[in-house]
Amino acid sequence: MNPVYYLYLAALLFTIGATGVLIRRNAIVVFMCVELMLNACNLAFVAFSRLHGNLDGQIIAFFTMVVAAAEVVVGLAIIVSLFRSRHSASVDDASLMKL
Amino acid sequence: MQNLIALLVAAPLLGAAVLLCGGRRLDRSGHLIGTLLAAVSFVIGVVLFSDLLGRGADDRTLNQHLFSWVPVGGFRADIAFQLDQLSMTFVLLISGVGTLIHIYSIGYMEHDERRRRFFGYLNLFLAAMLLLVLADNYLLLYVGWEGVGLASYLLIGFWQHKPSAATAAKKAFLVNRVGDLGLSIAIMLMFTTFGTFAFGPVLHSVGDAGEGRLTAIGLMLLLAACGKSAQVPLQSWLGDAMEGPTPVSALIHAATMVTAGVYLITRSGALFNAAPTAQLAVTVVGAVTLLFGAIVGCAKDDIKKALAGSTMSQIGYMVLAAGLGPIGYVFAIMHLVTHGFFKAGLFLGAGSVMHGMNDEVDMRRYGGLRKHMPVTFVTFGLGYLAIIGFPGLSGFFSKDKIIEAAFAKGGTEGWVLGGAALLGAAITAYYMTRVMIMTFFGAERWRNAATTSPDEPSAEPAAEHRGEHAEPHPHESPRSMTIPMIVLAFGSVFAGAFFGIGDRFLRWLEPVTGHQEGNSPVGAATVTIATMVLLVVGAGIAYLQYGRRPVPAVAPRGSLLTRAARRDLLQDDFNHVVLVRGGEHLTRSLVYVDHTLVDGVVNGTAASFGGLSGRLRRLQNGYARSYAVSMFGGAALIVAATLLMRAV
Repeated sequence: MNPVYYLYLAALLFTIGATGVLIRRNAIVVFMCVELMLNACNLAFVAFSRLHGNLDGQIIAFFTMVVAAAEVVVGLAIIVSLFRSRHSASVDDASLMKL
Repeated sequence: MQNLIALLVAAPLLGAAVLLCGGRRLDRSGHLIGTLLAAVSFVIGVVLFSDLLGRGADDRTLNQHLFSWVPVGGFRADIAFQLDQLSMTFVLLISGVGTLIHIYSIGYMEHDERRRRFFGYLNLFLAAMLLLVLADNYLLLYVGWEGVGLASYLLIGFWQHKPSAATAAKKAFLVNRVGDLGLSIAIMLMFTTFGTFAFGPVLHSVGDAGEGRLTAIGLMLLLAACGKSAQVPLQSWLGDAMEGPTPVSALIHAATMVTAGVYLITRSGALFNAAPTAQLAVTVVGAVTLLFGAIVGCAKDDIKKALAGSTMSQIGYMVLAAGLGPIGYVFAIMHLVTHGFFKAGLFLGAGSVMHGMNDEVDMRRYGGLRKHMPVTFVTFGLGYLAIIGFPGLSGFFSKDKIIEAAFAKGGTEGWVLGGAALLGAAITAYYMTRVMIMTFFGAERWRNAATTSPDEPSAEPAAEHRGEHAEPHPHESPRSMTIPMIVLAFGSVFAGAFFGIGDRFLRWLEPVTGHQEGNSPVGAATVTIATMVLLVVGAGIAYLQYGRRPVPAVAPRGSLLTRAARRDLLQDDFNHVVLVRGGEHLTRSLVYVDHTLVDGVVNGTAASFGGLSGRLRRLQNGYARSYAVSMFGGAALIVAATLLMRAV
């Protein structure tokens, strides 16, 4: 099977993730979309690894997974504490950083 | 012997310091201290003069170096003096005439409660003027130059309670500033050209500099001379300077300070010789001024202002001669010295007349004074004969030489300059005869002066008493005033012959200024005869107009030229329209440009940045999602740009 299809799939997943980040308000969903984008990247890395015939991409994918895991820990903690203080998980409610 | 030079300057300077700082306790003796120190300076001058006479003609330069004033790297300004024949001539004239005028002032200012201060200023003037002529570099000369300007300002405005005097002082100071600017620029140019401003190095290395540079320096020096010597176009202050006490007019505004410009040009002779364009400008200024001053002198009814016009005109002769180059320098200085005698004498005579006439200055209210003031009449009369160039008297020798030299310039220039000088001689005879007749001859018009007196501002402070003394009682002045007049009259009569016969003055001054005989297209005898004829014509016309007919007490309307000349040939109107109005318009338009253009650019930049940031602020709305949009947009742009670059 042509590895290029994997790239198309990665691009599709990335676009879905980005769209979700931009248009959804629920922080959990936005978070899931970010994960989706990260996984799209991983898929692309692995596909490129296959295309170029070396292991660099696969190794990077591992790094990405580690970073994503750490990010999930921190991100979920933030969302939970935000929810506790505001009783809402909407990202638009946390709009205090404006002039 | 050369260590005495500094004392020449120090004596009057000490006098000024003592008198101005001494306070009231010197009120009684101040005038004596001042006169004594002026006399000390004169005596030292005579001692040095006799020392110079004892030396050979080429060995007559004494130098005294006091201390280095500003030694900074390659820049050296020294307090150092140089006494040569030219300086010596000035020292004797300044301290001699200065001492006489100090003596005269004792009597003239007797009733003025600020007499001590007056003598302090006079001493200050003497010190500054002596510094000017003794300096051995242009920077120190500049110090003296500014010093005499200051003293002149203080003395013109001595009766500062009169607004006219205060205004005249300010006017003189401001007009002089314009000239001073020229001198300072000239000095800066000299420094950049020659790397020094000592007379010796500058004047000896003239050959190394380009002619354009020399012309620029020459023109700037000419501007300086115009300011100090009241030459066109900076002449307007001299007439108003007559607001000062008459001894001041005699010393500063006739005999000495106003000749500083002639000194400057003669001193810089080597420089002018190498810059013919600047020299031509000097002669033109001189010729124009000598006619200008003479015409103004013809129309004035104020005796001092008529004499001021005459001063302007005579200095015009000197400047003209100095502009002629080596054929004229000696005669310029010679006329300067003889003029110093007779013009100081004439002014002192005018002061004596005013003293006896309750400070009246209008000649239309004089008349017939010869019987009442015989000494004044005789001394004034001798001064009169000297200035018009009566054969055998001072003016005859010095002025004739200048006219001859002007013709000897050669070519069209020679004819024009010589013609102007000849015409000036005729006008001189006219206006001086007019002054003489109106003052000393004819009906005694002051007898009924009280009834016809229109309210004119008079130059002297005692004018307010005039109303009380309905009729003046002309009387001869005290001896302290007549003796200086008699001495100056002697000078007016004999100085010219003493200098002129056997070319004594020429041989004395030649080593400094250089001299060369011009080849005149007209012979010396022709010039003399022509001068005599014009003299008789000028004096004759004046006699017909003022001697044969009674002089009206109120000036007739007169021709257009007369009316213009009464207003100093519209010099003030010209200055007002061109400089004052022009300056106002210039400043107004500059303010407009400043407000619209400069402020517009600055404020506009600020406003546009303010508006832009107001717009940009809206992006900062606090919604994380909109920040994410901009991030994605930016990333997309970068990706697009990268792809585009790779495609290219």
